[in-house]
Order: sequence, then structure tokens, then C-alpha cells
Amino acid sequence: MRTIAIECLRYDPETDAAPRRQAYEVPFTDDMSVLQGLQYIKDYLDGSLTFRWSCRMAICGSCGMMVNGVPALSCETFLRDFYPGPVRVEPLEHFPILRDLVIDQRDFLAKLQSVKPWLVPRQPAPGEKDGFLQTPRQMDEYYQYSQCINCLLCYAACPQYGLDSKFTGPAALALLHRYNADSRDAGKAERMEIVNAEDGVWGCTLVGYCSEVCPKGVDPARAVNQNKIESTKDYFFRFLKR
Amino acid sequence: MKAYQRPMAGWWHRNPFYLWYTLREASALFVTAYALVLLAGLARLRQGEAAFDAWREALASPASLGFHAVALLLVLYHAWTWFKVMPKTLPFLRIAGRRVPDRAIVVAGLASAVLFSTILFVMVKA
Amino acid sequence: MKRSNKPIFWSLFGAGGMLAALVGPMLIFLTGIAAPLGLVDMSYARTLALAQHGLGKLALFVVIGLFLFHGCHRLIHCLHDFGVPVGPGVKASFHGFAILGSAAAAVLLFAL
Repeated sequence: MRTIAIECLRYDPETDAAPRRQAYEVPFTDDMSVLQGLQYIKDYLDGSLTFRWSCRMAICGSCGMMVNGVPALSCETFLRDFYPGPVRVEPLEHFPILRDLVIDQRDFLAKLQSVKPWLVPRQPAPGEKDGFLQTPRQMDEYYQYSQCINCLLCYAACPQYGLDSKFTGPAALALLHRYNADSRDAGKAERMEIVNAEDGVWGCTLVGYCSEVCPKGVDPARAVNQNKIESTKDYFFRFLKR
Repeated sequence: MKAYQRPMAGWWHRNPFYLWYTLREASALFVTAYALVLLAGLARLRQGEAAFDAWREALASPASLGFHAVALLLVLYHAWTWFKVMPKTLPFLRIAGRRVPDRAIVVAGLASAVLFSTILFVMVKA
Repeated sequence: MKRSNKPIFWSLFGAGGMLAALVGPMLIFLTGIAAPLGLVDMSYARTLALAQHGLGKLALFVVIGLFLFHGCHRLIHCLHDFGVPVGPGVKASFHGFAILGSAAAAVLLFAL
């Protein structure tokens, strides 16, 4: 059976001043993901290795990591593609490292809450006594943005977030847009304060790497940059709204 | 608990994607510089024929030709990346109910550039 | 959260970027390579005629002004990308530079 070297970033906040690297030789088959490689390490080589995972099928968003410098879901990244290796596994870039491959997500969670990621229902039309009606075309306007699994790969990809973590960031802004673009929603005005702020859409310089790495085709770069036009319209036409 | 924050220094050359992005942004230096070259030409024009001809001679120097060659390459790259990225700044477009694919928007942009550049060339050459 | 004033400068950046994308390369080629090499006529007489024509003035003003605003806006972001702290003073200097350059172009074109 072939083996491959997996080099993990290790960090113990109680004993380490800075992260260090530790290499493990892992036997693998062609169907094994990087996540399975990490699980092998934890089960047989080093039980102290700490990392997040859950569904192992790219839907829960837990296993985001840097694999050879690229943000990826470890459950859908395969060891065979890196043979003979070594495979460098590190925690998601731009976030503080709590321990080994685990990062502190609290900043994102706060950003997510701030964009009001829920339907603020509009007034129902006369024909909608039994619930909102939505055509396939109306759903098409927001569908891709609703696919976000909050995996944070886009934040790891975004250098603007890395340079200034006050930036609301790709996923939060994509989810903001998801609700604004939903025909059942009436919360756009409430969300504009975030959109219009320096750390809202204006923190983005359209690097575009977020959309490159997104495992779900959300295309956050588009969500953010469409809203630059919305924000500009809001800026110049706000006096006409009275 | 002591979380560790990694430094951002050198991020722009750690990944090919970031390098190309940095090149795209750097094109702005040449767009600005070229505008200043035009402004200088305007000032020389105002000063009269002798001054303007001296400026034209300076444009023929190896340094100036070299600068303009580099500027041409980088502004071409700017144009290419500008149209590649344009679909992301627009809402979903529909014609007769069908979504206009991003590729069509990019091609339309590039085609417009070729068209306007050709018109400009013909106007100047004539 | 305070509303950003970026929309003003972003609009100018966008207009300048679009113009630079559409005709930038051709302009650079014509004035910086073709004309010095004698391939096109950029003589004093011809250029003066352009600068004295109403549409010619407008074209020159728009090109110089928008290229400056596009370039300065992006350069501010470049500085930020390279870790240089960019406060209101730096932003004002760059935008001020673009405004001054545009004003200089306007004054020159008005006088020609």
C-alpha cells in the first residue's frame, strides 16, 4: 500500500508560543480524502491532532482547511491528487488559530447575525392567502446564494478580510444578498446600513478568489459587487426617496 | 486561551491567483502615468510648436518607447481582466426570458473594445 | 455604521476603468508608439486642431480626468493591499491629485 506524507500545522495554546509543523506518513488508497488521512493520523498515529469535521460529504461546512495553500473542504479533497506529497494541511487562513487545525469562527458568526439572514416577510398579495407564491424565475434570482454552507473557505481566500477583519466578508454579504433578492422578503432597507458601510461592500476590491474556492457555486464576489451598484444608487438617490 | 494570529506580510505572492490580481491592480500605475504624459503633452501644446515638437522628440526616446510598451501590455491586461470581471458587477440579465450567460457579457465587452479601438485607429490614421 | 462615501469615487473609478478598457491600449499605441515612430500624424498643427475643437477638448478632458480618477482610486487600494496604512489624509492626497490633474487639463484646454 502506498503512503503519503501529511504535514500538519500544530499549535497548542497552553504550551506553544507559535505554530509548528509535524509530518505523518499515512497509508492511503485512491478513494481516501484528506479528511480520512487526518482521521487515520488521529486514530493510529497521534490522538492529539485536533480538527473539525462532520458530514464528510461537503454539505455541513465543518472541515474547511488550507491544503497546500488553497482553501478546501478536506472531505472532498483527495490524497491521490497530491501523491507523492507532502500534503501541507493548515487551518483556514485569516482566522485566529485556537488549536492545531481549528480556528475561531466567532467573528464570522457575529457578521452573519448582523446581516439579518432571515426572511423579513413582505405583505402578502390578494392571491397569497395560503402562503407566498414564487415563480421559478423569482427563485433563480437568489437560489445560488442560498447554497452557502458557511464553510468559511471564502474568508480564507479573501485578502481584504485578512488585511482588515472588520470587513463584513464574502459569505455574510452573499447571504445578505440572498434575502434581499428573495421576492418574499421586505428587509432590504434594514440591511442597507451594512451594505453602505466602509466595511460593507466597499471593503471588497473584487479579487474574486472567494468565488473560485467556494465549494457550492455561491459566487459571493457577484453578490458583493452587484450591491456596489445598489449602494451607489442608494447613495445618490436617497434624497429622492422622501 | 491564547489564539494565534498569522501575519499577512507577503500574502500577495503566496498564490498565483493573488499574483495576477496584484498585476491587475498595478496596471493603475501605468493608467495614471499615461494620463500625466497626455497632460504634459497638452501643456507643451499650449507653449507652442517648438515646445510641442521637443515633447514629441522625447516620446521617440528609448526610455519613452519602453515605458509605452510596458504600459500597453499592462493596460491590455487591465482591459482583459475588466471585461472578465464585468459580469460580477451586473445583476442577472435576461433576454426573452433566458439568462444571458456570463461568457456572452465578457465577449460583448471585448468586442466593444475592439470596435472602439478600430474606430479610433481609423479616425487617427485617416 | 457610518455610510461610506466610496460611491462617488467608485463611480469615477468605474467610468475611468471602462474607458481605459475600451480605448486605453489603442490610445497608448497611437500616441506613445505609432506617432513617435512616424506611423501616424501627431504634428503640432493636427494636435492643435483637435485641442481647439469642442469635441476634441471634451475627449481630452474626459480621458485625462477619468484615467487619473481610475488610477488614483486603484493605487489607494494597492497601498492598502501592501500593508501601507491608508488614512483619510492619504485618500485625500490621491483624490486631490486626480482633481488637480483634471483641473489642469481643463485650464489648458480652455486656453487653447
